[in-house]
Amino acid sequence: MKQFKGRVIAPGNVTAEAVVTKQGFNTLASLQMALQFNDKQVKCGDQNNNELSGKPLINKALCLPQTIGSTTGGLVLYCACAMERNPACMLFSNHIDSLAAAGAILADVWVENVSMPVIDCLGDEFLEYVKDGMKITVKDDGVVEVE
Amino acid sequence: MKLTKEQEAILNGEKGETLAKVMKTLVMYGDAFEAEKLVPITSKYNHLVTSFGLKVMSPVYDLMQQILDAGVSSEQKFSVDPRPLDKNVPANFLQNFVFNKLMYTKQDFYEKQLVELGLMDKDAFTCTCYMDEVENKPKKDDVLSWAESSAVVYANSVLGARCNRNSGIIDIMGSIVGYVPYFGLLTDEGRKATWVVRIETTKKPEAQLLGSAIGMKVMEDVPYVKGLDKWIGNELNDSACAYLKDFGAATASNGAVGLYHIENLTPEAVELKESLICEGAKEYVIDDAELERVKNNYPVVWKNPDAKPKLCFIGCPHLSLEQLKTWTKNIEKALSENSNKKVLIPTVFTAAPKVLEAFNKTEYSERLKNTGVITSYICPLMYMNNPLCKKMPVITSSNKLRTYTSARYYTDSEILDIITTGGK
Repeated sequence: MKQFKGRVIAPGNVTAEAVVTKQGFNTLASLQMALQFNDKQVKCGDQNNNELSGKPLINKALCLPQTIGSTTGGLVLYCACAMERNPACMLFSNHIDSLAAAGAILADVWVENVSMPVIDCLGDEFLEYVKDGMKITVKDDGVVEVE
Repeated sequence: MKLTKEQEAILNGEKGETLAKVMKTLVMYGDAFEAEKLVPITSKYNHLVTSFGLKVMSPVYDLMQQILDAGVSSEQKFSVDPRPLDKNVPANFLQNFVFNKLMYTKQDFYEKQLVELGLMDKDAFTCTCYMDEVENKPKKDDVLSWAESSAVVYANSVLGARCNRNSGIIDIMGSIVGYVPYFGLLTDEGRKATWVVRIETTKKPEAQLLGSAIGMKVMEDVPYVKGLDKWIGNELNDSACAYLKDFGAATASNGAVGLYHIENLTPEAVELKESLICEGAKEYVIDDAELERVKNNYPVVWKNPDAKPKLCFIGCPHLSLEQLKTWTKNIEKALSENSNKKVLIPTVFTAAPKVLEAFNKTEYSERLKNTGVITSYICPLMYMNNPLCKKMPVITSSNKLRTYTSARYYTDSEILDIITTGGK
C-alpha cells in the first residue's frame, strides 16, 4: 500500500477500483455517448484514448493527469453527477484544469446529495504507481491510499 | 480570495440565495486556481457554449431555470454555439426520428430560455462569433467570460483578449455577477509561453494538422510558434485569420490550448516578442515527417475502412466568408478538371447564419449551389453525436470533428479530390 497526499477540490471519502489514463481525459468525447444513450456502465467513448476506450467509468476511481478538449467538459461532468453516472472520484496527478474544476464545483454547489471527491496535485509518481484494478481509498483530507 | 464588500454581500445571500450560489461557484472556481480576486468583465458581449437542447442535458436547463426564476440573469447579451439541427442537411427517416424525437427534444424549450437569458439575436448561433458579420468581436485586453474552446483560443491569441478556458455554465455565471476570477490566461504571467515550437516543414503546414500536433504535445500550455509566418505571412488578413481559426480549434480540441503566440503575427508576439517565452521553455520541432506521423496515428473507426464516404462536412469551426469563396473557386476548378458538374459526395459547408447571409448576397452563392454543395448553420459535431452517424462513413477536414466523432480526417486538398472525383 502506498499513500499520496493531494489538494482537495471537492471533499469526500470513498473506496473504488482504479481506472487509469496517462493522457489527457477528454470529458466530452469520453462521456457524451454513454450519457446520451443511457449506458449504465458509462463506458468511455473516446476513440483516441486507447487506455480507457470501452472501459466502464461509473463508480471507478478515475486517475488522470488532467482533462482536455471541449469547454462543454465541465457541464458534461456536472450532468454526469446530477444523473448519478459519475466516476466515484477523480484523482489528478497535475494541477486541476479549468474544465474539470468547473464540473466538480458545479456538482458540489448545485447538485444535492452528490459525492464525487476530487483531489489534484497528487504528483507524477502517483500516476506512475497506480494501475487499473488497484484499490483506491480517498480520505477527506486529500490522502489517497493505493493498494 | 479577497472580495469587495459588494461581492461579499452577494456571497452572503443579501441579493438572494440563487445569486449567492452563483457567486459561491465562481469563488470556488477561482480558489481552485489560487485567484486573489475577481475582476470585472469588460467585453460588450459574452459567448456561451451550450446551444443544444439535448434531453440528457436536463440538469443544465433546470439550473438555467433556477437562474431565470430568481430573476438574476445578466444584462450582458451573448452569442451561443451553433444549433444542432437544420433541415437542409441530409438525414434519413431514422436519423430525423432520433434527432427530433429522442435527442434534441428540449431544443425549443432551451432556445426560449436563451432568449430570456439574453441571446443577442435569433441568428447569434455560431462557434465563430468573432467574425465581423456576427459582431461579437472583443477588443485587445478585454476581459471575457466566454466558453467554446475554439472561440476562446481565437479571442486570446488572434484578438489579444483575455479569457480562461471556461466551461459551459461558468460562462454565463461570470456574466451574471459581472466578474471572473483573476488567474491563468487573464494574467501577464499566465500568458507566457512554456513551449517553443519550431516549424521546419518544406511546405505550408495544414492548419488543422499542425494544431492537432501542437495540442497533443503541449496539452494546456502556451506555445510560442516560430517559422509559421514564413508560410502564412506577418499580417492578420482574412486568409491568416482563417488559418489561425482552424489551427487554434485543433490545438484546443486535440489538447487544451487556450492561447498561442505566432512569431511576427499575433498581437502579443508582435508587441513583446521573445520576452513572452519563459526561461527553460521546452522545444518541439515540427517537420514534414512529424506531421505525417501525427496524421497516420489517427484511429480509423469506420466499420469498413474502405467504405465510400456518404457525407462530407467542412466548417468546424464555422467557415469565414473568405473561406466559402475560396472553397467555391477550388471546387469549380477541380470539378472542371475532372469533367464533373457536381460534387460526387454529399457535401455540407457550415458557417454562421450571418456569414451565410452575407455569402448569399455574393455571386459565389449561386456558383456554389451549382456544384451541389449544401450550406448550413448547424454544428456538425452535434449532428454526428449519435450511434446512427457512428455507422456512417463521414469525411471532414476538421480535426475537432474527427476528435469527437467517427468522422475521418483528410487534408483540405484530399477532401477536394475526394468530393470532386468520388474518391476513385
